[in-house]
Amino acid sequence: MAHAYTPGLKVSGRLLITKRRILPLKGEVVAKVGDRVKPDTVVARTFLPGDVEPINVSNQLGVPPEDIEGCMLKKVGDPVVKDEIIARTKPLFGLKIFASESRATLNGTVETISVVTGQVLLRGKPIPVEVKAYIDGEVVEVVKDEGVVISTWGSFVQGIFGIGGETHGVIKVVAPDNTTMLNENLITEDCKGCIIVGGSRVTAEAIRKAVKVGAAGVVTGGFDDKDLRDFLGYDLGVAITGSEEIGVTLVVTEGFGDISMASTTFALLKSHEGQLACINGATQIRAGVIRPEVVIPVTDDLKVKDAAVHYEQKGLDIGSPVRVIRHPYFGRLGAVSGLPSPLQVLESESKARVLEVTFEDGTKAIVPRANVELIES
Amino acid sequence: MSELKKNLDDINVILATDCGSTTTKSIIIEKRDGEYRLIARGEAPTTVEAPFEDVTMGVLNAVAEVGELSNRVLLDDNGRIITPAKGNVGCDIYISTSSAGGGLQMMVAGVVRSMTAESAERAALGAGAIVMDVIASNDKRRPHQQIERIRHLRPDMILLSGGIDGGTTSHVVEIAELISAADPKPRLGSGYRLPVIYAGNKNAREAVSDTLASKVDLGIVDNLRPVLERENLLPAREKIHDLFMEHVMAQAPGYRKLMEWTDAPIMPTPGAVGLIIKTIADIEHIEAVGVDIGGATTDVFSVFRPEPGEGVFNRTVSANLGMSYSISNVFAEATLPNVMRWVPFNMDERDLRNRVKNKMIRPTTIPQAMEELIFEQAIAKEALRLAFIQHKSFATVLKGVQKQRTIGDAFEQDSSGGTIVNMLTLDMLIGSGGVLSHAPRRHQAAMMLIDAFLPEGLTRLAVDSIFMMPQLGVLSTLHPKAATEVFEKDCLIHLGTCVAPAGEVKKGGEVMSYRVDLPDGQVSGSLQFGELKLLLLGLDERGLPLKAKAVFEPARNLDLGAGKGNKVEREVSGGVVGIILDGRGRPFVLPTDNVERIAALRRWMLEMKAYPPEALGGK
Repeated sequence: MAHAYTPGLKVSGRLLITKRRILPLKGEVVAKVGDRVKPDTVVARTFLPGDVEPINVSNQLGVPPEDIEGCMLKKVGDPVVKDEIIARTKPLFGLKIFASESRATLNGTVETISVVTGQVLLRGKPIPVEVKAYIDGEVVEVVKDEGVVISTWGSFVQGIFGIGGETHGVIKVVAPDNTTMLNENLITEDCKGCIIVGGSRVTAEAIRKAVKVGAAGVVTGGFDDKDLRDFLGYDLGVAITGSEEIGVTLVVTEGFGDISMASTTFALLKSHEGQLACINGATQIRAGVIRPEVVIPVTDDLKVKDAAVHYEQKGLDIGSPVRVIRHPYFGRLGAVSGLPSPLQVLESESKARVLEVTFEDGTKAIVPRANVELIES
Repeated sequence: MSELKKNLDDINVILATDCGSTTTKSIIIEKRDGEYRLIARGEAPTTVEAPFEDVTMGVLNAVAEVGELSNRVLLDDNGRIITPAKGNVGCDIYISTSSAGGGLQMMVAGVVRSMTAESAERAALGAGAIVMDVIASNDKRRPHQQIERIRHLRPDMILLSGGIDGGTTSHVVEIAELISAADPKPRLGSGYRLPVIYAGNKNAREAVSDTLASKVDLGIVDNLRPVLERENLLPAREKIHDLFMEHVMAQAPGYRKLMEWTDAPIMPTPGAVGLIIKTIADIEHIEAVGVDIGGATTDVFSVFRPEPGEGVFNRTVSANLGMSYSISNVFAEATLPNVMRWVPFNMDERDLRNRVKNKMIRPTTIPQAMEELIFEQAIAKEALRLAFIQHKSFATVLKGVQKQRTIGDAFEQDSSGGTIVNMLTLDMLIGSGGVLSHAPRRHQAAMMLIDAFLPEGLTRLAVDSIFMMPQLGVLSTLHPKAATEVFEKDCLIHLGTCVAPAGEVKKGGEVMSYRVDLPDGQVSGSLQFGELKLLLLGLDERGLPLKAKAVFEPARNLDLGAGKGNKVEREVSGGVVGIILDGRGRPFVLPTDNVERIAALRRWMLEMKAYPPEALGGK
C-alpha cells in the first residue's frame, strides 16, 4: 500500500465556484440574474433539428429522378407522419394496384426533393434539449439565447481521473480513514442517491455494488486499470471521458493503483458529510484540460468578500510540499530540500532539471522536476 | 513556390517559428562563409489559450530567447520583428508554421471509399490536416448516421470529391445533399460559414453548388480524380492551405497579427514537414520515410518511386498512437504481449497497466529509472510499428484501376491497390519526436527505428534533433537552397546505415559475408542468423557522415536489393551509431521461448550499446 499523500490538484475548503451552463445551439434562457437555482433546475432549453432520413423515391417508384416531382404528393415543408404515402406513380389503366408508392419513414416534414438524385429528405421532429443548473447557486449572468453563468461559494476538490457525467447527492463517507480500500462490504442499501466517499483504491465489485444500490457517485483515492477495463468492457485508450453510461459517476482523486486518498481531501469531504455534493467525472487530458470535480455548495451571499478564498498557484520552492508522481518513488510525499539549477543525469541517462526531496521518513532523493506535483491547499 | 519580394542572394538571416499546441519553437539561420547554418534555437509556451489568447505573445517570447542566444537583436522597442538584417540587428525573412489549437481538422467525403474518398483523404492529409472522418456512399453507414456524424464533428472544413470527370453525377450530389441536410457548423467561431471544397466530377459542379451554396462557403477546384488512373491532388491541397489561412487561422486568437508579420503563408505544421521530406527526396532522388511520434499522434510521411519519374508522396496520421496522451491506446491496440516482447526482463502485468494509465493522466512525467526507459521505448516501438502498418495500407497504387494483364502477370499476385512502400528500395528513414530525438543514447533511437520499421537492404537512419523540419518545410517554398543546406548539416543527426538482408533464414545459417573499408582498416567477416553487429563509422569534423566502401554478399535466398544472393558493392554512410549489420531475418521473428527471447534481446542491446550492461543484468 502506498503512503498517504496530498494531491497536487486544486483542493479548497472555500472557493467562489462559477459554472457556465450553455446550450449546444441557441435557444431560450429560462432563468434570470439573481435566481436561486438547484442542481435540477432547468436554466435553458432549445430544440435540436430532428434526424434526417433520405428516401430514394426515384428507385422506389422506378422513375427517373427528374420525374419525381410529378409523383410527389407532398411538397417541401409539408408535415408527414410515419408510413404516410408521400409519392405515387400514376396508376396504369386507372388501377391502383399497378401504382408504386413511397412512404414516410418518420414523423416530421419534407426537407428537400432532389431531381438530380431522386432523393427526398425527411426531417424528424425537433429534439428538445435542456440544460440544468448542475450546482446549487445563484444566476450571476445571462448569456443571451445561450445559457447562464451560475456562482456559489463552496468547497472544491479536483480529481485526477473520472468516468460518468454530472450528478449530485448527499455525501456519505463509508471508509473509516483515507487508507482503507473501498470494497463492496462498505457499500450498503442506504447509499442510494448518495455520493459515496472511500479511502484508497476502489474495487470493481464495490462500483458494481454502488450501481446496484443506486448510488449517485463514488469519490475515492485510486482505481486499478484492470478493474476499469473489466467495468467498462474495453481498454480505455485516451483519457477523454464523461459520456459513459455506467449508472454511477466515479471521481478518482490520486491515480491508478493502490493509492490512498490525500488526507486533506478525505478530511475535507468528511467535514461535509450529509451535505449536498455535485460531481462530474468528465476528464479530458489534452490541450484545454478538463479534470473531474466535486463541488460542495454553501448558500452564502455571493457578495461576501473573503480574503482567504483566492486560490493561488504557488511556485516550487525550498520547503514546498510535493508528491512524486512516477516510479521509483511513485506516490511518496515530501518537501523540496534542494533546487539545483544545472541539468543532471538521471539513472535512465536522460538529462533533466531535478530537485532534491526529503521524504516524510527523513530519507532524501533526487527526482526530475517533471515527476513531482506541488501540493496545493 | 511562394513569392518573395526579396532577392534570394540578399537573404542572410532567417527567423522561423513553429507554434505547437504547448510550445512555440524558434530558430535562427544565418549565411556564414557562403553556407546557411542553424545558429540558435529558442522556445516559449504557446499563448493561444486563456488567459493570454494571443499567439503572438508566445512567438515574441520565443523570438526574444533565440535573439539572446544568438546575440542578435530581433525585436524593436514596440515588440515588432525588425527587418531587414543589419549587422547584429534584425532578420531578412520571417516564416511560421502552426499546429496550435488542435491543428487543421477536416472531414472528407467521396463516392467510393477506396477510390475518390481515399484520394480526398490523401489530399487532406498531404495538406497537413487531421482527417476526423471519411464519408462515402459505401461506408456501410446509413444516411441518417452519416448526417448525424457530420453534424456532430464540427470540422474546420470539408473536402468533397466524387466521380471522374464526365461520369455520373447523382452519387456525388447525394453526398452534397447529406452535407446540406447536416447543416454543419465550423469548430471555431460562429460568425462565419463552414468552408467546403468541391473537387469532384466537373459535370456536377452546378448541382453541388445549387445544393450547398446557400448553407456553406463553397469553393470549387479541379477534380482530384479526373480519371480513374490519375490523381490531381495539388489544386485541392492549395485550396486547403488558402482556406486554412483565411478561415481557420483567422479565427484563432492573435493569428491575424501573426499573418501580417510573416513573409510566407503560415502552414499547418505536418504539411510543412511533408514538404521538406518531399523536397529532400526529390533533390537527392531517393526514397524516404519520415516519422514524427508525438504525445497524442504519430505522423508518417513517405516518398516512394514505384515508377520512374516524380516520387509519390503520402502522409498518414495515426490519431491515437502517441507516447503520453495516447500511451494507453498504444498499449490497448498493440496488446501487452507485443509490448512486453521488447522488454528484456519480466514485469508484473497489473503494475505495468497502472503505470501506463498514470502516464496517460500525468503526461509530462519522464522516465527516471532505466527500467522505465526501456519499457517506454518498448511501447514506442509498438506505436511506430502500428503507425507504419497504417501507412503501408494507405500508401498504395490507385485502387479501382483496371490493368491489362499479360500471361507473365498471371504468376504474380500483385493486384490493384497494393502498397507502394518497398523496404528494399527505401534509402532513408528519419525519426523525430521526443522519444526518438531525446533518447539518452542515439543507439536507442537507431534500435527503435530498426525494430519498428524493419528496414531491408541498405537504409540510412537519422533523427531530427530539435524538430525543425516544419520551419525548413516552409523555408523550402521560399529558399530551397537554405532549407536543404540546413536540413543536411544541422537538422539531421545521422545515425548510420542498417544493412539487413531480406528473406527467411534457417537457424544457425550464414546470412551474409561483409567487407568494409573503415578509416582505421578493413573489417570483414560473416554474419550469422540472429546476429546483430555494430561497426563503428562516425562523422567527419563538419558533422557529416563518413563514407566507407563496402561489399556485402547475402546468402543464396536472401536479398539486399540487388536480387536474391546477389552481391552489393557500394559506399555506406556512417553516423553517431555506425553501420548496423542485422542478421535477424525479414520477416523478423522473436524467439517464442521466454528465456531465449530475453537472452536474444540482451545480446542485441549489448551489441548495439543501447543500454548499460548492468541494466540488462539479471532483473
